[in-house]
Parts: sequence; C-alpha cells; structure tokens
Amino acid sequence: MIVVDDLRIRFGDHDVVRGVRFSVEAGGSFGIVGESGSGKTTVMRALAGLNDAWDGYLQVAGVPLGRGRNADLHRRVQMVFQDPYGSLHPRQTVDRALSEPLLVQGIGDVDRRIRKMLSDVALPAAARFRYPHQLSGGQRQRVAIARALISEPSVLLLDEPTSALDVSVQAEILNLLTDLRAERQLTYLMVSHNLAVVAHLCATVGVMSNGEMVEILSTEDLRAGRTQQPQTARLRALSLEMN
Amino acid sequence: MLVEIAGLNIVFAGRNGPHTAVRNVSLTLGTEKLGIVGESGSGKSLTARALLRLLPPAATATAEVLRVDGTDVLQASERRMQTIRGHRAGLVLQDPKYALNPVMTAGAQIAEAWRNRRKGTRREAREAAIDLLAQVQIRDPARVADCYPHELSGGMGQRVMIAMMLAPDPALLIADEPTSALDAPVQMEILNLMEDLVSRRNMGLMLISHDLPLVGHFCDRVAVMYAGRIVEHLAADRLAQASHPYTRALLDCLPSLAHPRPRLPVMTRDPAWLA
Repeated sequence: MIVVDDLRIRFGDHDVVRGVRFSVEAGGSFGIVGESGSGKTTVMRALAGLNDAWDGYLQVAGVPLGRGRNADLHRRVQMVFQDPYGSLHPRQTVDRALSEPLLVQGIGDVDRRIRKMLSDVALPAAARFRYPHQLSGGQRQRVAIARALISEPSVLLLDEPTSALDVSVQAEILNLLTDLRAERQLTYLMVSHNLAVVAHLCATVGVMSNGEMVEILSTEDLRAGRTQQPQTARLRALSLEMN
Repeated sequence: MLVEIAGLNIVFAGRNGPHTAVRNVSLTLGTEKLGIVGESGSGKSLTARALLRLLPPAATATAEVLRVDGTDVLQASERRMQTIRGHRAGLVLQDPKYALNPVMTAGAQIAEAWRNRRKGTRREAREAAIDLLAQVQIRDPARVADCYPHELSGGMGQRVMIAMMLAPDPALLIADEPTSALDAPVQMEILNLMEDLVSRRNMGLMLISHDLPLVGHFCDRVAVMYAGRIVEHLAADRLAQASHPYTRALLDCLPSLAHPRPRLPVMTRDPAWLA
C-alpha cells in the first residue's frame, strides 16, 4: 500500500532524510520511531504531499506519487496531527471541519456521512455544532480523526496522535484507532517518540537516526529484545526503564 | 521546611459562579524530591504557582498555611515575593521555546538572573553564566552563551533555563512539566541532571508532571491530584502498591513494551473520587 524507496530530502544544504526505504502492505501498520530531528516526520510529510522537494520513489495504493497536487491521492491519504488544538480551525464548527473534505472531494450525502462519522468516533451528536474550544482534548482529537476518515481514505498518517493527550485519553484514542483500522481495513503509518505507543498500534517498527532508517523489525522482535542496532537497543532500554 | 501548605483552596470567579480548581490541598516539602502528578485540569500547576503568587488574576487563593522558605505567601509584600521568586525558589517551565526571551542570548539571560541577586560586573556575570552552562553539562558553554534561543535544541534550551534558575542559588526548584516537550533520551538526560544538581546543592525539588512512572522514577514522594484534590500521597518506591483506584487506573492505562495487551483499559471515573 505504501512504498518508499531511496527517499532523500534536503533542506538547504542539510540532508534531513538520507535514502530511506520501507514498505507497508495493505491493512498493515508501520511505526517510525527516533529522536527529534531524526527525520521521521519529514518522511511522513512527503507521503502526505505536504512537501514536494524530495528525491526517490514514493508510491501509495499502487500509484506513484508525483509532484504537485492530486485530489484523489489526498482523498486516499489522510493525516492526523499531534495537537488537535492547532490542527482544527478555531472559528469553524465541527460540522464545518467535517463537511469541508466532502465538499472539496465532491462527495455527496454530507449530512448522513457526518452523523455516521461522529458516531463512529464515539462523539455525541451534539458535538456537531460546537467549536474546538468547547470540546475536551480527547474530543478534539476524535474530531481530527473523524475529519481524516470522512473522505474514506485507505491510508492514515498519524503524527504523534496521542502525545498531547492525558494518559487516560491516550488509552481511549489508541483503542479507537485499533477498532477503526479493523473495521475499515486501513493502513497506518505512525510517527512517535514513544516506543510503547508505537508497539501497541503497529506490527512493524522502523527506527530512524540522523536521517537514515537504521533498522526495521517486527514488534515481537522489539519486545523480545532481538534488536540489531545500538539505536534500537537504546530506545528499547529507555522505554522499559520508564514503565 | 521549604514549603508548607495546609488547606489550600484556589477559586476562579466565573460567569456561572465561582469554580474551585484546587480544594483543601495540604503538603510539605523539605530538601527532598516531591512529585505532583495529575491530568490536565487537576490543579497541579495552580498549586505550584500559588507558592510563588503567580496565579492568573481571576483566581483567588486562600489557605490556613501557605509558606515558602518561612515566608507567608498570602501576607507577604510584593517586594518580599520578588526575593522569593527567582532568588529562593526557581521555576522551570515546560517549553524553553516560549519561556526564554527570544531576543536575548542564553548567556545574557543567565547573567541577568545572576546579577539580579549578586552585585558584580558585567564581565563577572558573563563568567558566572558560562560556569553555570558548564554545570548543566553543556559541552561548549562559551559558544552556547552567545546563542539565541532559536539556535538551541529543546534539550539545550531546557539546560539554559535550568542554569538561569540556578544562578541565584535557590533553595527550592519548582519544575512544571520540565521535560514534556522533549523526546525520551533527552528527557532522561535533563531529569538526571536536575536530580544531580538538586542533591548536590541540597535543594528541594517539586516536580510537576502528568507522567506517573517518570515521577515515580525520580522523586522520593509522590502526591497524586485529581479534580483539585490530593487523592493519594505515597513514597515513590511504593507506587506499585498504590491503593487509590485513580492512581491504579493512571498506571494501568499506559501501553507497555514489556506487557502487550490488545486493548487498553479505559478509566471509569467514580464520582466517589470527588468526595
């Protein structure tokens, strides 16, 4: 579903992503971990079409990514950001936020779809005409997930989707993401610095360091400590120590 | 005792009547590390800010006892409070990007904090700033002293902030989510550094965080706050034996690398916790 081959991205004369290569099968879930500045979010932004200045080969749902905008690609690949307060328009109601992707994509049946979507992410129907500041942090992230899913994408890009949330809310959102993936056969690509969160949601984990993906391993191998690279072992040790 | 709080209430005047954000909180802190843990809105930051009289204007604090380093915070003059803030008690905030002055170099900000307390020349202040940067384990302190906050990484910024707070040699350090904006390896470095400095300088540390395992790791004692109250107070090494259902739920809802579960338990909030 996602193929990334020899992806290179540079900002000015600084190489941010240096030949990253991985693939995710349809219905699969892949997590990228690494320290800040390791390039993990930059990879995701290229896949989302938010940054055109890349070299290499990117393919989503069998279609190679070109430069510039492609409406159908943007329907099929949707992204959820870290801070729901920053990613929702403060002066637009939930209804407006959810109807916009439908209008842009020319998808009809707006009213029914919004009602269905709100119930799918377990938001009360009354939330539909609220503004973001009238919702709790967890509810806001549910709106952001609903907005990503309303155009019925096949790939969801999750950039630290729970790190701005309280741990009790994080549990609810992780459960929701687990359920949605099963119901809709979604493919997930997730970026996080929290190894436990990535391992919870993803079957395969890629470790990035200094612009390179130094290791790709299954979550079972990661849990069992069958790591090959020192960066992976270090992240694993830290995560175990803090839990 | 560095901090004595008994029966602290913080009330916000609101359109729909007063809202009590902190209710009957009592705690003491000596030269030790106390963690205050709770979710957003639990009143943990307000409790810490009340100690420095830095509450928002709409909030009113009342208490039987509210003392920092022997000073009655509710009665003290503004002048007296100024010697507490910064001098006797330092405050480290979450995000150095916002907490540092963007148009002053790191060295100038530390030097300012140093000269605020001690009489010294500009040159002495700069030397003190470089020395403090070295103490917070910055490898090239003279270079970093000339950097502006936007030229520093998150971890470096937080070190600068800690150096600034240590400049007047305070007895108490209040750290409000000092590492939540940092990634895991840097988080560990900063916490290890704070722990080391606090124990070497014989200071008291109040560490405010939403991260219960992290606080349990670094502190001697932990107070767990829920909806403005302290619901449980326990020694950090007894966290695994926590008795309050909220504390247990906070620990239980975390995903774990060592113990995978297909679904995470979701917290059901018992109205009895508010009693």
